[in-house]
Amino acid sequence: MSKKSTVPFRGTKEQEEKLYEVIEKYRNIDGPLMPVLQGAQEIYGYLPIEVQKIISQELDISLEHIYGVVTFYAQFSLAPKGQYQISVCLGTACYVKGSGDILNKIKEIIGVDVGECSSDGKFSLDATRCIGACGLAPVMTINDEVFGRLTVSEIPGILAKYIN
Amino acid sequence: MNMVNLKINNIDVTVPAGTTILQAAKSVNIDIPTLCYMREINEIGACRICVVEVKGARTLVASCVYPVNEGMEVFTASPRVLNARRMTLELLLSNHNRSCLQCIRSGSCELQSLCNEYGVDNAAKYDGDKTPSVIDDSAAHMYRDNSKCILCRRCVAVCDKNQAVSVIGSNERGFATHIGSPFEALLDETSCVSCGQCVVNCPTGALFEKDSTDKVWEALSDDSKHVIVQTAPAVRSAIAEEFGNPIGTDGEGKMVAALRRLGFNGVYDTDLAADLTIIEEANELVERIQNGGKLPMITSCSPGWIKFCEYNFPDLLDNLSTCKSPQQMFGALAKTWYADKKGIDPKDIYVVSVMPCTAKKFEIGRDDQDAAGVPDVDAVITTRELARMIKRAGINFNSLADEKFDLPLGASTGAGVIFGATGGVMEAALRTAVETITGEELGNLEFTEVRGTAGIKEASYDVGGLKVKVAVASGLANAKELMKKVRSGEADYQFIEIMACPGGCVNGGGQPIVPGSVRNFEDVRGKRAAVLYNIDKNMPLRKSHDNPVLKEVYAEYFEKPGSHKAHEAFHTTYVKRSRFGTL
Repeated sequence: MSKKSTVPFRGTKEQEEKLYEVIEKYRNIDGPLMPVLQGAQEIYGYLPIEVQKIISQELDISLEHIYGVVTFYAQFSLAPKGQYQISVCLGTACYVKGSGDILNKIKEIIGVDVGECSSDGKFSLDATRCIGACGLAPVMTINDEVFGRLTVSEIPGILAKYIN
Repeated sequence: MNMVNLKINNIDVTVPAGTTILQAAKSVNIDIPTLCYMREINEIGACRICVVEVKGARTLVASCVYPVNEGMEVFTASPRVLNARRMTLELLLSNHNRSCLQCIRSGSCELQSLCNEYGVDNAAKYDGDKTPSVIDDSAAHMYRDNSKCILCRRCVAVCDKNQAVSVIGSNERGFATHIGSPFEALLDETSCVSCGQCVVNCPTGALFEKDSTDKVWEALSDDSKHVIVQTAPAVRSAIAEEFGNPIGTDGEGKMVAALRRLGFNGVYDTDLAADLTIIEEANELVERIQNGGKLPMITSCSPGWIKFCEYNFPDLLDNLSTCKSPQQMFGALAKTWYADKKGIDPKDIYVVSVMPCTAKKFEIGRDDQDAAGVPDVDAVITTRELARMIKRAGINFNSLADEKFDLPLGASTGAGVIFGATGGVMEAALRTAVETITGEELGNLEFTEVRGTAGIKEASYDVGGLKVKVAVASGLANAKELMKKVRSGEADYQFIEIMACPGGCVNGGGQPIVPGSVRNFEDVRGKRAAVLYNIDKNMPLRKSHDNPVLKEVYAEYFEKPGSHKAHEAFHTTYVKRSRFGTL
């Protein structure tokens, strides 16, 4: 099953110029791939095939090698961030308070798996480590807004606000 | 040289510093099992099957990457070692699709044979989750079934380091780790060239060729078809291995006898088409040199190489000879001149190729490979598939008496047979081109400078006052290096031979699979190539243009090399492709 993002690529000319600057900066060092990927993710927010192809071409590193590195490290993302970035805390406290069920409910409603973005670009979903708000467990954030002491039955109501 | 003294299983060993324990043990005939290890290209110590005990060391060490030290004491078969190896096997089996009974590699599987050796009696001991996988059947030539993959990464190493194709690698991490392509694309969406090197280096049944033997059995039982077979030069250098003979056994005579017993209406030889290729190609080269055509001209026999060039050097396609490969030339000749001569409708001729190659399965479906309006070649089977047919038919290969190819399409010269080894096409072409240019008969026919298994070879010759500089590359990583020089203009060759597989067709992706335990220590390609050079040496005719049947072919049908008619039948075109395939 192809892992190409279903969200259309919306990279701009400016982003591409910045990417080439990053590539130029690291081209001649030993092991240029990691810093270039980090820079590229900073520019685009994620690493779609369009960006990986440019890096492959410029550094003469195979696309598969790049993809292997991108999928090895959790810091890299293949999907863009949505208009609403949902993060569910799976830290210990949240997890024992049932954040796993919260996460499943969200997946069910927005139809997106962890690390993915809905094809309309509206929601992206991440599972995070402890965000330091254990007193509010279980916790999720949508962009900068924090939702604490959640129950599964509250989730549809919260998401409805963003869906419409 | 700095020497190191150590003891392995209480035997004194002296080896150069830097030698691994594995190599040192081999030098005193102690075998240590390996799975992931491939000499020079996959020394990653990942599979842990080669672990040994080093006195004083806290843990067992991976002998394939661990260098020897002065005074070291090594135990390669202590109870601790044997238990560790058995447990490693049991853990591998816990995430392995154990449908061994119907596995194509049953009997030649390196995992299976180690399990037998180490007394694994409970394959399900550590059963738990299995990494999810689906079979990729998208490519023309092979399947990938990751449920049988042990993540040794030998396929990844050959694809990347030997072939510079680099379309497979390990994706994800931890338990989700699997061998795949970028963005989980199917193989046929990538720039895979179908060389099959991953297949011959896979220790298990995770990678295997698409079997076409059913198509061939069906054709053989169809009375309305005139079914003929051609065998590529390299097949005879290796097929006997499938029947227990040592590497380097000449199997030509028995192979011909077996094919006849399988019921083919004509048992013919691709060597004839190799001769034909040389005549057309030498003519093309001389024309390019004399008329200021595109140089260097590069050979086009190897379909893996052709596809690699299309993907990675689309700007240099004009440098490729327009000659079809010998396989396709054979089919074209069979369905034109031969059909005419025999009075058979080309539609009723069924051409089967036996090839050392998996890319040939892709090649028969290319555009512009249908001289008579029907496909030049109808089915391709590899050396391995032919061996399977012979076994299934109950033919006792080893006890057959040698037989000879049929005429007319079985007539060949020594120049044709050396096509199977790297440098062979170059040498064969030189034999013909030099005589064509100088108009004089060659004294010494052996161009030894272009022989041998080195990855890139160069030579220059003075041909009737004309300086001809040539290069030969095998293995696509070497080809890539050479092609970059051609692109930059740094290379000033007139003629280049390129074969996709390291060592040429003798080491092709369709050849008998040699386990790592042998491949890592023996010169497999050199021994197989020696079979071909030996056949050449003993042939009465050793120059392609002396092939008597081809003289007839031109006189009766194609007029002369490079004629309009010859172009229609024996030449082809190429397509520009993206380095990322269709991704």
